[in-house]
Amino acid sequence: MSSQDIPEENLPAEQDAPHGHGSVRTADEQNPFADPGLPPHEHRIQDTDERAAKRSERTVALLFTLSMLATVGFIASFVTIPVDKSVYIFPLGHISALNFALGMTLGVALFAIGAGAVHWARTLMSDEEVADERHPIEADPETRAKVHADFKQGAKESVIGRRKLIRNTMLGALTLVPLSGVVLLRDLGPLPGTKLRHTLWSKGKLLVNMNTHEPLRPSDVAVGSLTFAMPEGLEEHDEEFMTEIAKAALMIIRLEPEAIKDKRELEWSHEGIVAYSKICTHVGCPISLYEQQTHHALCPCHQSTFDLADGARVIFGPAGHALPQLRIGVNDEGYLEALGDFEEPVGPAFWERG
Amino acid sequence: MSTTANEAPRSRGKAPAGERVADWADGRLGIYSLAKANMRKIFPDHWSFMLGEVCLYSFIIIILTGVYLTLFFHPSMNEVTYHGSYVPLQGQLMSEAYASTLDISFDVRGGLLIRQIHHWAALIFLAGMFVHMMRVFFTGAFRKPREINWLFGFLLFVLGMFTGFTGYSLPDDLLSGTGIRFMEGAILSVPIVGTYISFFLFGGEFPGHDFVARFYSIHILLLPGIMLGLVVGHLILVFYHKHTQFAGPGKTNKNVVGMPLLPVYMAKAGGFFFLVFGVIAAISAIATINPIWAIGPYRPDMVSTGAQPDWYMGFSEGLIRVMPGWEINFWGHTLVLGVFVPLLIFPLVLVAIAVYPFIESWVTGDKREHHILDRPRNAPTRTAFGVAWITWYMVLLIGGGNDLWATHFHLSINAITWFVRIGFFVAPVVAFIVTKRICLGLQRRDKDKVLHGRESGIIKRLPHGEFIEVHEPLSQEQLHTLTAHEQYKPAEIGPEVDENGVRRKVKRTEKLRAKLSKGYYGEDSQIPKPTVEEYKEITSGHGHH
Repeated sequence: MSSQDIPEENLPAEQDAPHGHGSVRTADEQNPFADPGLPPHEHRIQDTDERAAKRSERTVALLFTLSMLATVGFIASFVTIPVDKSVYIFPLGHISALNFALGMTLGVALFAIGAGAVHWARTLMSDEEVADERHPIEADPETRAKVHADFKQGAKESVIGRRKLIRNTMLGALTLVPLSGVVLLRDLGPLPGTKLRHTLWSKGKLLVNMNTHEPLRPSDVAVGSLTFAMPEGLEEHDEEFMTEIAKAALMIIRLEPEAIKDKRELEWSHEGIVAYSKICTHVGCPISLYEQQTHHALCPCHQSTFDLADGARVIFGPAGHALPQLRIGVNDEGYLEALGDFEEPVGPAFWERG
Repeated sequence: MSTTANEAPRSRGKAPAGERVADWADGRLGIYSLAKANMRKIFPDHWSFMLGEVCLYSFIIIILTGVYLTLFFHPSMNEVTYHGSYVPLQGQLMSEAYASTLDISFDVRGGLLIRQIHHWAALIFLAGMFVHMMRVFFTGAFRKPREINWLFGFLLFVLGMFTGFTGYSLPDDLLSGTGIRFMEGAILSVPIVGTYISFFLFGGEFPGHDFVARFYSIHILLLPGIMLGLVVGHLILVFYHKHTQFAGPGKTNKNVVGMPLLPVYMAKAGGFFFLVFGVIAAISAIATINPIWAIGPYRPDMVSTGAQPDWYMGFSEGLIRVMPGWEINFWGHTLVLGVFVPLLIFPLVLVAIAVYPFIESWVTGDKREHHILDRPRNAPTRTAFGVAWITWYMVLLIGGGNDLWATHFHLSINAITWFVRIGFFVAPVVAFIVTKRICLGLQRRDKDKVLHGRESGIIKRLPHGEFIEVHEPLSQEQLHTLTAHEQYKPAEIGPEVDENGVRRKVKRTEKLRAKLSKGYYGEDSQIPKPTVEEYKEITSGHGHH
């Protein structure tokens, strides 16, 4: 949009020029709203009374001295206070003595310099306001014409406008060359493949209690309790422990079988024990709050709430689908075992999930 | 310098050392012509002009403390067993990044202080930028010729957010790891390429072994490098444009009134750096921030309640918390609207404020330079838009902390979520209308003050028994200040038929602009300034009413 399509009279008028700095201000008969110009400078007490100025000088010097003392205090604290010493300071409570001493001395050392400088500027440096001209940023017409002419001449001398073949191939080369940089980024990571669809769970893997590292028996899971489990064979020292537990983490609860509303959930459970993925289907937080009265599991990150007695369907919050259930049973020795992997991907949804 | 005409030129050898160094540098760098233009440069004074300084100084503090932290921090996700001096975590498995952060906090003398200064300064940097941006917005300081500097500042705010996010993710603690997981989930929601981006970013599946090292180079090199360039550019433009000023006696669009850089502004601004640094150091001495030792090392299967990002990420958290969990499955694919829509709105919230200056200049069609600041009341539509935007942002911030609101104020989390869902659409509109009303009310009061004078509080009884309050006339300075603002007339489309009676084609954009212009400057959007005639009529001796 150019400025031409707004009529000039719609733009507000330029301000009246001031009457000039320090001009005698007579009541303007023509325009009472006219700019009277800069008001006369008012002297501070320090400008007229040398004793007041001396007082200001001493205040500034005192502040700078305080800063020096505080720096000495900082070094002394660093040397003398043990790093693990804690101290009780009201109302902060028990805090690290060294952190407190270093922070306060550093704070004072810096603040005093600042306060001294500002006090100096406010009381002793000239406080007379000065006006400076502004100049328009746009170049004058001659400069503008000269630059345009120079550019045209330069462009002409380069023959880029005439030799189209050079121009086009150059543009082609410059467009292609950054591709190398993009290609180099390819090895930042492997392709997803079906990695997000599989976890460590498979048929016959025992459910190991996350806290005791012991395989779970049905009798270990009491009604109303929440137990976290991981697949047997996964150790915290494993190279890929983090990546595996991020998918395989399991929460196990025991419901009264008659309380289970979902038919498939009942089928995949064992004596009312059901196993669900602990990873929220919203953006992947571990779900860790369980309300035994309502059988609701709540993700503490974004409050998605799942009904574990009804196929873990979402009853509140931003999650888009139910938690995947792991089909479990009991092996010959009486331990809880998985009867396969999750049948759908765990965790947050993604484009290829389907 | 007090060089006078009759002072004999001093020989080179006898000149003071400082002068000789300056001469040497001038012969090589030409510093005198630079200093001629800038040493006594005038800076106007107003408390709100120091908000930008707070940002600059906290940025410098962040860089200084950040360099120190890199000397001790190990950006590695190798699992190690902790043997440091913090007893509760001894023997635990954790990443080297987390362990070295514990070492900085407990074994390096002063390490905890520097860590806390770094984090506090980052929070203050972002808060400072937010408030500074609002100052620039509400006073119209973004108008020509400063639109590019507005964008520089906006970019700094956005990059600051991401630098902060990558920074607090580095210690690899349980809280920040949860934030990373949230980010990964959000990336996965992107149609078609999301899974690939996630795998490339994390070097495979989440969490993998790479993200701390990668975030480290983004946090300490890539983003701050760009930001440093933008900060320098921002400052150069501030110098080049010369600072804006509020209207007042002697202040025009063609001058700049204030104190010279040397000495007053240098002392005040330089001193202010130390004030800011001192206050942040003191805060860091008494207020713990991000106690990662209490949170524990990250494990993807663990989480704590009340997980919150740093404040500047809160609005994105709000978006993701209140969005309904929509998911569309088709042809073997999943469109995760419940996460992807917030991911799209997140930049839109920011861009809404960033593009405003260009919309306003299009509506006004004003291509002149503006160096006199508006009082917010005198630009009611702009002010209303700004308040509406802040309201929008704050509603989302409430959504981001819905669990904390629920537990602290004993409210239902479902009720808060619904409040935010509705407030997202309704609250900005309400804020817009209310703010515009308030601005117009304030304009009326200004007009009243100009025409009838200031209320003196003195009650006078007239001979016939009537009581009146004596109004004191304003000084010419005050009259000028209160009437100095510009008032636009709404743009009109013009006649739809030309002088020959032929229908002119009116572009749709033209119609839209006329409509917007009416909204901005129409009868309901500004109170006409008092005119000289009105003033003279009232003050010409008829007394007060």
